[in-house]
Amino acid sequence: MRTAFIEALVEAAEVDERIWLLTGDLGYSVLERFAQKFPKRFLNVGVAEQNLIGVASGLAMSGRIVYAYSIANFPVMRCLEQIRNDVCYHNLNVKIVAVGGGFAYGPAGYTHHALEDLAVMRSLPGMTVIAPGDPVEARQATKAVAEWPGPCYLRLGKAGEPIVHLTPPHFRIGKGLVARDGSDVTLISTGGMLKNTLEAAELLSAQKISARVLSMHTLKPLDVQAVSDAARSTRLLCAIEEHGEIGGLSDAIARCLAEQSLKCAFLAFNISVEAGSMIGSQSYLLDRAGLSAEGISQRIVEILKR
Amino acid sequence: MNDSSLKELGKTIRALTLRMVHKSRASHVGTCLSMADILAVLYGRVLKVDPARTDWPERDRFIMSKGHGAAIVYAVLAARGFFPSAWLETYCEDGARLGGHVTHKGVPGVEASTGSLGHGLAIGCGMALAARRGGEPFRVFVMLSDGELDEGSTWEAILFAPHHGLDNLIAIVDYNKIQSFGSVREVLNLEPLADKWRAFGWTVREIDGHDYDQIIDALSQESVEAGKPTVVIAHTVKGKGVSFMENQLAWHYKSPDDEQLTEALAELGEAR
Repeated sequence: MRTAFIEALVEAAEVDERIWLLTGDLGYSVLERFAQKFPKRFLNVGVAEQNLIGVASGLAMSGRIVYAYSIANFPVMRCLEQIRNDVCYHNLNVKIVAVGGGFAYGPAGYTHHALEDLAVMRSLPGMTVIAPGDPVEARQATKAVAEWPGPCYLRLGKAGEPIVHLTPPHFRIGKGLVARDGSDVTLISTGGMLKNTLEAAELLSAQKISARVLSMHTLKPLDVQAVSDAARSTRLLCAIEEHGEIGGLSDAIARCLAEQSLKCAFLAFNISVEAGSMIGSQSYLLDRAGLSAEGISQRIVEILKR
Repeated sequence: MNDSSLKELGKTIRALTLRMVHKSRASHVGTCLSMADILAVLYGRVLKVDPARTDWPERDRFIMSKGHGAAIVYAVLAARGFFPSAWLETYCEDGARLGGHVTHKGVPGVEASTGSLGHGLAIGCGMALAARRGGEPFRVFVMLSDGELDEGSTWEAILFAPHHGLDNLIAIVDYNKIQSFGSVREVLNLEPLADKWRAFGWTVREIDGHDYDQIIDALSQESVEAGKPTVVIAHTVKGKGVSFMENQLAWHYKSPDDEQLTEALAELGEAR
């Protein structure tokens, strides 16, 4: 996804000279193509995330559209107050880009597991929160946030994610994408969980369960219409996210269901505290958290049997 | 603005501030008074700003990083015509525009909202960098408190500005030697402060922050060394101008009662 991101950003920067890219000393072998092409609009602030967001804010106050890049939790948590006070309160065109959402840096350990970022970013006033499902969505989201006014958080995977959308979908911020149609259950995934979710839908179809898959790339603002349509037309809703249990996609959907008095069975698939502190590859950790295609489909089958 | 008008402005904004904190029972009068003279010079002489065009792209930027000194910032903005003086009378009241920490929301002339320490210098760096790389002529002034120099984020920005040659950036330290819970020396000593800034690559001007000639000189374009940001370490007195408030930690918190307001205004030569 990071390659899709930087390619899209270079393209966007070619037509909009307000676009800058700042990094907190990360992005080796990724960001160079932007830095070489637009040296006056690129800046490595060093290992200083608070300054990263503060400088980005000062630039944005001066009319720039600033992408602030780092990995995992670094551009979210160390500098959270700068994001709240400087970026959000001033409603600035700062686009925070975190590569390595969820367990993408699994073997690197707990410090690099980004499992609360969606909750934290969703809670901030005026912050738009996007987690693309595959490199195609990542490319489109990168360009879309440049045109979307105000603060945005872009949570990306890392590298090597499979392309799910074989033809570019009609990507719009705040509108989920139907990646597979189905009539019994709806699986709503966000971020890179799209791949496992589609595989789970395939496993379910072998069990004669027809699963619709929605890629909910935008967590905020949530596509309320898509959620309520799903709740009305299928008998089970599943929220599937590479994120902790609190404050992410599942909480957003649960609130939507409750507020609209939608009566629909609901299952949340997310990462427990225990799984969050394990070490291992992304696929190993997702499996341990019950987020492999098999884990997802088995749990759904069991629930539907009851 | 001529020299005597500048001093008059300093007195005026002190008096306005005293009335504001008296009426609202708000804190931070001491920290407002310590930088009154610097603000008078900035808004009376140095800053290229226009109250009628607050979005003028070439205006100088002033960021009040020590956002708790809001009252006197609002006072000087009102005195210079950025908004009606009547707004000052509702300072910190229910539903007021002007709160106890600097906000840009609905307040003409405020560039950046502050209140949590350690944010302003980084924002100033971003603005100065935008001007530098965009070939824009404006200067950026950032007012810091001494207590704010405890914040690691401030030092991230102090490291950043010289590396990028931001000679259009001027930091001012209101060095009144008293922070929230005691003297700077007792809480977390900053000395040797000028040496620290110098070692980080800044041009350092140390001045008496109540001497108008020294303030004017230090903030002038002529004081800037090409390719280096400037810091003006202004030695100030907390509560300056009101004898019973000077150098007293308590006036970081207290607001004057009726009698104290009358006495304070009398010291400034103003009638209640």
